[in-house]
Amino acid sequence: MSERVTDTGDGNGADGATGGTMGGAAPAPRGQLRTIAMRFARHRPAVASLAVLAALAAFAFAGPLLWQWDHTVSSDIPSSAEPSAAHPLGTTSAGNDVLGQLMRGMQQTLKVAFTVTVLATVLGSVWGAVAGYFRGWVDAVMMRLVDVLLIVPLLVVVAAVGGNVRGGTTWYGVALVIAAFSWTPISRVVRGVVLSLREQEFVEAARAAGASHARIILRHLLPNAAGPIIVAATLLIAVAILVEAAMSFLGFGIQAPDISLGLMVQHAKTAAFTRPWLFYPPGLTIVLIALVINFIGDGLRDALDPRQAMVRG
Amino acid sequence: MAGAAEQAEAVLRVEDLHVSFPTEDGRVRAVRGLTLGLRPGEALGIVGESGSGKSVASLAVMGLLPRGAQVTGSARVVGREVLHLPDEELSRVRGERIAMVFQDPLTSLNPVYTVGRQIAEAVRAHRAVSEREALARAVELLAEVGIPQPRERVRSYPHELSGGMRQRVVIAIAMANEPDVIIADEPTTALDVTVQAQVLEALEAARRRTGAALVLITHDLGVVAGHVDRVAVMYAGRLVEQGPVEEVFERPRMPYTLGLLGSQPRLDQGRSLRLAPISGAPPTLLAPPPGCPFAPRCPMAEARCTAEEPPLREVSGGHLAACHFAERLEGRTPQEVFARAREPGERAPAPSPAAGAALLRAEGLVKHFPVRSKGVVRRRIGDVHAVCGVSLELREHETLALVGESGCGKSTTARLLLRLLAPDAGRVEFEGADIAALPRAELRRLRQDMQIVFQDPFASLDPRMTVSEIVAEPLRIHGLYRGHGGAADVERLLSTVGLGPEHGARYPHEFSGGQRQRIGIARALALRPRTLILDEPVSALDVSIQAGIINLLEDLQEEFGLAYLFVSHDLSVVRHIADRVAVMYLGKVVETGAADRVFASAAHPYTQTLVSAIPLPDPRKERRRQRILVQGDVPSPSAPPSGCRFRTRCPKFADELSERERARCVEEEPPLKARVPGGHLTACHYAQERSLV
Repeated sequence: MSERVTDTGDGNGADGATGGTMGGAAPAPRGQLRTIAMRFARHRPAVASLAVLAALAAFAFAGPLLWQWDHTVSSDIPSSAEPSAAHPLGTTSAGNDVLGQLMRGMQQTLKVAFTVTVLATVLGSVWGAVAGYFRGWVDAVMMRLVDVLLIVPLLVVVAAVGGNVRGGTTWYGVALVIAAFSWTPISRVVRGVVLSLREQEFVEAARAAGASHARIILRHLLPNAAGPIIVAATLLIAVAILVEAAMSFLGFGIQAPDISLGLMVQHAKTAAFTRPWLFYPPGLTIVLIALVINFIGDGLRDALDPRQAMVRG
Repeated sequence: MAGAAEQAEAVLRVEDLHVSFPTEDGRVRAVRGLTLGLRPGEALGIVGESGSGKSVASLAVMGLLPRGAQVTGSARVVGREVLHLPDEELSRVRGERIAMVFQDPLTSLNPVYTVGRQIAEAVRAHRAVSEREALARAVELLAEVGIPQPRERVRSYPHELSGGMRQRVVIAIAMANEPDVIIADEPTTALDVTVQAQVLEALEAARRRTGAALVLITHDLGVVAGHVDRVAVMYAGRLVEQGPVEEVFERPRMPYTLGLLGSQPRLDQGRSLRLAPISGAPPTLLAPPPGCPFAPRCPMAEARCTAEEPPLREVSGGHLAACHFAERLEGRTPQEVFARAREPGERAPAPSPAAGAALLRAEGLVKHFPVRSKGVVRRRIGDVHAVCGVSLELREHETLALVGESGCGKSTTARLLLRLLAPDAGRVEFEGADIAALPRAELRRLRQDMQIVFQDPFASLDPRMTVSEIVAEPLRIHGLYRGHGGAADVERLLSTVGLGPEHGARYPHEFSGGQRQRIGIARALALRPRTLILDEPVSALDVSIQAGIINLLEDLQEEFGLAYLFVSHDLSVVRHIADRVAVMYLGKVVETGAADRVFASAAHPYTQTLVSAIPLPDPRKERRRQRILVQGDVPSPSAPPSGCRFRTRCPKFADELSERERARCVEEEPPLKARVPGGHLTACHYAQERSLV
């Protein structure tokens, strides 16, 4: 009912036989994007997380240009040195600068995570939308395939495939493998949303106007499912980072001499107590990235939920 | 205002009630200074459009507003202040002294308990009686609200009852403790007209039985006319007129009330009189402008109206109005006050329906929807017989109305005609070509000639597209966007439906319901169709907005020579707009013919019950009218009765026919044919004309 009240506020302008006269002062049209941005801005942890993520990305991608050491072994680097002015995060026993490694590792991790997210989101959204739109046997076949993929533990498959395919240990190889097995939750979310959207009259209106199936799916259904898709995608970023870290930790992901955050943790697993500077920086970075992305997802979910327009007590 | 003596005896006394809600855009002031009194046993109607604050006011009295709401003022129930009462104490007042009936009976009952238990719970909340006694009382109450076989029904769960029955259960709960006041908030809005008549009857019975005073909140002027003693009109959170019901309906002293009466299509008026809509939309309640809230829409407004808010003052005995110039309304009709120069009050006479050639013809349409079992196998366990052999003919430049209650198959028929659904049997011809046999490409071309306007203006526009994109979409689909002039054509379409070019860049959510419906109409017109299928195009709109859309549709028909198939459950609107009418019941057409004939002298008992159930916004006529109440609810369309489908509810079958005559109704399905003089077709063995308006 309070929704009704808000509605009246929205319904500026006029109606009637001429419809041209404006009733009262018409508030300036507010774009949906701005409304969403406003609501997102109110979610403090999400805004702070977005700033942290931006800082982390800048550190990972711009940092190496400024820092003298990269992730590789150098004879100029002392072995197993504690953090110092020359090497703020210390060095490894082989002679790598941990700060250089951390920047490169984050770079690779973020590249994997965003590639996975884009690929899996596109595939999952289209797959789910097609299944939900056509229903019937199309839906049955497509979603059974999704069920099959879902019951296979992601990590086991990824590990098996990643280690045995050529190029499977480069960052894009790893990203492709993770993406191929992580789009299923998104497809289920999108299918659910589309199942209800397709019953809306605007979809019927498009059909009555003669629109093709492709047009209805791409122009009407997917844009309206954008909210849940974006939310699922943010959560997927976190999953991708953790899976990549786990894969590299197990030795099936990115391989030395290249480095990723997971691989750094793997190398340092026995040194957690003796040389903590090797273990904690990459470990905490993984936790931090996953955490901020989950907060951003929370904020986006709230901002995109139309019910948020309701009264705030 | 009310005298001191009256105040003392009032069962409900609301004084200077203000309610506001904080929202993102600012503070919404939903109710502003409401003052009302209710005498014992009196029935008061509160009329207003959506957003007028009528529901919020009643929820405030019941203490049911959401946490964020700010309430000031006073509300006394039998002398006791109830605003800001702690919840525990309020619970004692609620139910015992004051009870509420909500709009949606589906959500106001708990689905996991039997209705008997829910009524018994209401009884035991206020009285120390045993479970057994409370249940016995539940049976009594169910009988009182007119539920057949109450002894069996107490054990039913809400989902086993129809909407009308559930609403009667809610009324039974409300009267369980013989309250002093019953507040009914749009109690029949979700129900069909014949069921509405039953529920209003039950409410009336509850009132007679308990002697409770009734506050009937509704947007329907007809319902108010027949069921209350006094009426209060709300607009933009304020009370703008109040008085005895005959007085307010016959001599309205507030232009808004006059406008409402003028925009309401009436069953007792033909299509000759053009509706007089109120221009504009209700003001936003965020920052109500100074002065009279109705001034921006009022044709009589003067400088004083925008400067100074008129107080509610007595204009004649017991009749209050909030207008500076109330006296000027003396003896004026809505048409005189609200019709603009370019809109003559009288319409050109409708073209003779027989003149046009048949444009769209349907023969023997059948559509069954399978009902499947739950689980993996999903066997087909039955069929919903949505449409069973419907034949129709729509001629050029005419309006054919398809009327009936929910579930009668009228919307399905409309979708079959458009080929949005494929029929199981039967033919649909458009200008002689069978559209069922058309290949896809041809069907797409046909879509240019037949377009549809939907019921729900909120669901039928894609929320992620701008208005221009929405209106242009059919043109783009058919590759005609450039050919028709692109953006200029879209602007032309918008202006055709009364919107400005500046509206094109906005999104649907920025518009009111009526404006959205105009956008939907512009989209339907984009391909320059010859036929529009209008699926309940005005039923989601407020009366004053609805009138504007009806006038627009009439103008467009004249301008472009369109043929309309008008699907609606609202006979008043149909009476106003239709040349011919087809009445549907359970998937079949039971009566069809010229609208004037069918309404003036309905021959099928179902049409008769429909016509007699439509309330007239005229208190004197409404109270004198003959009512034909039907029994029970519409049977399930998955197991329609044998023979005549209406016989299970037919008052004629129940009361007038002999045993032998009844046997014929049970065994033989009456075909649709001319049975009475005057030329319309009726599907009743014992058709007999009756005048009921």
